[in-house]
Amino acid sequence: GDGDLPSATTPPDSDPTGRRRVHSMLKLYYGLNEEGTAAEQAESLDPCDINGPHFDPEVYLNKLRKDCSLCELMDHESCMVKQIRSLDSDMQTLVYENYNKFISATDTIRKMKNDFKKMEDEMDCLSANMAAITEFSARISGTLQDQHAQITKLSGVHTLLRKLQFLFELPARLNKCLELQAYAQAVSAHRRARCVLQQYSHMPSFRGIQDDCHVIMEQLAQQLRQKFRDGGSSAKDLSECVELLLQLDEPAEELCDKFLSHAQSRLEADLQGLEAELKDSAFTDTGGGSVQKTSPGSNPISPSSSSVINPFLSPTAGTDILEFIDRGCNEFVSSLCLVIASYQELFINRPQEGELASKNIPEMANGKLHVFVDTLAARYFSLVERRIQEEKGVGDNSLLVRALDRFHRRLQAITKLLPGSAVPSHGTEIVVRAARERIKQYLSALQTFYHDSLTDVRQALAAPRLAVGGASASGGGVTSKDATPSLPELLTSLSNFILNQLKSVLASVHLFTAKDITFSNKPYFKGEFCSQGVREGLVVSFIKFICQSSRQYCESAGDRGGSTPPALLLLLSRLCLDYETSTISYILTLTDEQFLVQHHTPVTPVTALCAEAREAAQKLLNHYVKVQGLIISQMLRKSVETRDWVNTIEPRNVRAVMKRVVEDTTSIDVQVGLLYEEGVRKAHSSDSSKRTFSVYSSSRQQIRYAPSYTPSAPMDTNLLSNIHKLFSERIDIFSPVEFNKVSVLTGIIKISLKTFLECVRIRTFGRYGLQQIQVDCHYLQMYLWRFVSDENLVHFLLDEIVGSAAHRCLDPSPMEQSVIEVICERG
Amino acid sequence: MDDDAPVIYGLEFQARALTAQTAETDAIRFLVGTQSLKFDNQIHIIDFDDENNMINKSVLLHDAGEIWHISGSPADKAVLTTCYSKTSENRVLTCAAVWRMPPEWESGSHESPDDSSNNPQTLELLCHLDNTAHGSVACVLWEPLGDGKRVISLAENHVLLWDLQESSTKATISSTATLEGKGQLKFTAGKWSPHHNSTQLVTANDTAIRGWDLRSMSQIYCIENAHGQLVRDLDFNPNKQYYLASCGDDCKVKFWDVRHINEPVKCLEEHSHWVWSVRYNHSHDQLLLTGSSDSRVILSNMVSISSEPFGHLVDDDDLSDNEENQQEDKYTSLSLMYLRLVQYNSIHFHHFSSAQFS
Repeated sequence: GDGDLPSATTPPDSDPTGRRRVHSMLKLYYGLNEEGTAAEQAESLDPCDINGPHFDPEVYLNKLRKDCSLCELMDHESCMVKQIRSLDSDMQTLVYENYNKFISATDTIRKMKNDFKKMEDEMDCLSANMAAITEFSARISGTLQDQHAQITKLSGVHTLLRKLQFLFELPARLNKCLELQAYAQAVSAHRRARCVLQQYSHMPSFRGIQDDCHVIMEQLAQQLRQKFRDGGSSAKDLSECVELLLQLDEPAEELCDKFLSHAQSRLEADLQGLEAELKDSAFTDTGGGSVQKTSPGSNPISPSSSSVINPFLSPTAGTDILEFIDRGCNEFVSSLCLVIASYQELFINRPQEGELASKNIPEMANGKLHVFVDTLAARYFSLVERRIQEEKGVGDNSLLVRALDRFHRRLQAITKLLPGSAVPSHGTEIVVRAARERIKQYLSALQTFYHDSLTDVRQALAAPRLAVGGASASGGGVTSKDATPSLPELLTSLSNFILNQLKSVLASVHLFTAKDITFSNKPYFKGEFCSQGVREGLVVSFIKFICQSSRQYCESAGDRGGSTPPALLLLLSRLCLDYETSTISYILTLTDEQFLVQHHTPVTPVTALCAEAREAAQKLLNHYVKVQGLIISQMLRKSVETRDWVNTIEPRNVRAVMKRVVEDTTSIDVQVGLLYEEGVRKAHSSDSSKRTFSVYSSSRQQIRYAPSYTPSAPMDTNLLSNIHKLFSERIDIFSPVEFNKVSVLTGIIKISLKTFLECVRIRTFGRYGLQQIQVDCHYLQMYLWRFVSDENLVHFLLDEIVGSAAHRCLDPSPMEQSVIEVICERG
Repeated sequence: MDDDAPVIYGLEFQARALTAQTAETDAIRFLVGTQSLKFDNQIHIIDFDDENNMINKSVLLHDAGEIWHISGSPADKAVLTTCYSKTSENRVLTCAAVWRMPPEWESGSHESPDDSSNNPQTLELLCHLDNTAHGSVACVLWEPLGDGKRVISLAENHVLLWDLQESSTKATISSTATLEGKGQLKFTAGKWSPHHNSTQLVTANDTAIRGWDLRSMSQIYCIENAHGQLVRDLDFNPNKQYYLASCGDDCKVKFWDVRHINEPVKCLEEHSHWVWSVRYNHSHDQLLLTGSSDSRVILSNMVSISSEPFGHLVDDDDLSDNEENQQEDKYTSLSLMYLRLVQYNSIHFHHFSSAQFS
């Protein structure tokens, strides 16, 4: 009824909003709407809610009636009707849809029912077939059971037979292998059979086989040993050989020994080669050495002798050390390394398997190897050391350093191969020893060079001395400058030669510490070599040597025959002084810089060396003064001693010897002036050369004394004045000389005049003898005052001489001062 | 004596000759001969009293001439020889003579100075060692430890061995030796060796030192160029028979083993001018005194070449020299400031006393 209306007005599915609303309402109706439950619960108590479950139409109607007007009721009623209609139509649509679905479901179910019936039939058929198959299968296996057992048995028999055949064929097979030299196969075959044969050896047939095999294997082992002994084969062969022998229960120790002894024979051949070379070079070397000894080293000053061999040139021996070491490295060391490597391959590094593992072969083998290497290396080292010792020429150090470097470098291979070996450290020790030895050689070379240089200086001095002597005879003294080098030139050249030589030696020694040299980073070369070796052993020792040898010149000179030319003393003194002021610190700074010396041990300080040099300079200068003083002294002494002073004629001239004294003093002055500064002197009076001897008058006073023996009498004015003189003006005949010309000349003149005085005092003079002394002294006064620091000194000594002569005079009547002056001026 | 002031004794004349009185072993006594060309020369006898640090002196007159060398007899302390120069006809000749001290000198020495000075006694001439044939005498040497009957004089280049007879009043030449060679050879010093039964003599001429055998009067060794310049003095080590010290104008003192004459055993170079004299101490031969014209006397302690090279430190050695000495350091290089004669600032001679040190 009612439902037709809404469905007509609102067809289902046409209005989506309407449909949704219908769905939701249906859901409400069926209580499916989960969101509606809350509302339901909220509104559940309200009986007026038309959609709520507790809706009470009566209450709702009453409420409507109470609340609404008629008009509203009317509206409400029409609205209600509209709603009811729409609901009805919705319901109709839903029912219709569900009905369709039910119908199709029913159809499907019916169809399934038909299909299942067909399937059941087919399943029945299958199960019947399966049963048939099972039956057949059981029947087949039942029939095959017997045959299977038979086959298994047959197969076992077959295997056994094959084994037996192997055993029976074994001797033949082994023989064949032996023929073909397939040792490995033979050994493996034998190894396989060995246990079986052992087990069944009680059976005669097996025993026969075993014996045969034994014989053959013995033969085989023999052949292997032979092969091993020959050793001509490759390393691989050898290795195989050893392996096989080991497998044949050959004792490993014996094998090691054999291997090593074989290697030893080869290495010894190398060593003998080296030794032969060493003998050759030794022979030629000693020849070279003797040449060196007979001819002093290069001569920087006189080039004429530069052609002779000097110690700075290496000997021209057959092979140089680099070649020798090369040969040693290439032959001996590399063979040794090969031996070590293959030995390790054979005995030490092999994978240990089976019974061999228990024997601890590597340990034993390693021990043997170490002993072997150590012995051979020791021999090699001794050869190398002998060769190094022969390296005496210090000319080209690079060769030696390179040789040592190579030597050291190649030994590193042994370090790698044999980590625990002491050989490389021994090698390093050799290098260190060689370096030490080298420093010593350089020191002695420097010393030789220094001596030779001095000899040259001596020779150079001898030439101008003749020239000066000739020139001074004609009144000159310093003319021959152009022909021969002067003292300052000699000094400069000597000092330069020494310095250059020292520098070149330092450069040579420096090679030991070059970066590309393998051993330069060893602690010795970083520390001790630089500080104790180069600085102390070489540089400081050389400086000390210079000072010492200079001092020796002071001691030996003046003795019997071996006198040093005074000019050399002077030159050396200046050299030492220069060393003190600058050269030493320069050299040491240079050394320290070059070698970056870090002094772990205390080293000689510069100041100590300087003090030593200064001492030497002082000693030399003192000695120079003494020698020159004594030379002039000797002249004066002879001149006084050989003359008869009592019976001499009236003086007309200054004696020639006085002129000679002045000339010599002048030339000494020139000589010293060339090397030393002027120095200070006291201001002199205007007429220094013209002074009368006042003391002479005092000595004349003595005549007035009456002879008296009272002890108090001698203490008269004369004596008192002399005492006074002694303590106020006492002259130190030899006070230390200062490093300047005036001081040197003062010393020489003091010694000379003192000698004159002493000589005069042991002579007796006649009247003219005294006058001659007066003339001579005046002449000396005229010329000598200018040389000394304090002219009063000359004056005082000459005074003393004249006074003493007057005292020793039988007839003391002095010459008039004016006459003396005339004679002296005449010359 | 260390704390005592030096003892100074002044002479009115210069002097060059000094000796210890050899035969005197009790007192420390020296003889000094003076040199004066114009006045009579004297011999001063100087006694050093080391207890009181005093000097007692006596003066004897020696009017023959200035004394260059003086030497006392080893047997008779009253007998001495001098070498003196005599001027005649413008010639100076050095002669030698044997003298006897007057017996009264010793008593006179203790009297007041005035007495002795007013009445100086004269030496009694015993005999001349006549040398007119041989030239000037450099020195006269008594036979060491001998009976005072044998002396040697060195005259120019001759060695003369004299026998003194009749209480030394007569001297006869028993043997001679002459040094032949180029130039004018002249002995400058000599020493009669106390070893080898006094059969050896050593002489110096110029730079050479020669040893002589007195039995054959022949040279037994010669050290040529022993010194760079003239050799001034020699002395034998009193205890080591082959050891000899020499000194000379090259400022050096050298020690020789006469068996190995190529090199000196040791060489000292402490002086800066001529070394005039060298003397061993008689009982402690490590002590050696050298005097030089650099105005210094140096006492050296040469233990290493002494007869007692190991230790035995010299105790309190009473190092009495001549007039004055000054001990600066007892054990090490003792340097004595020593003035032989104040008038000469050179030291020419000095002598250790013969008396034994206590």
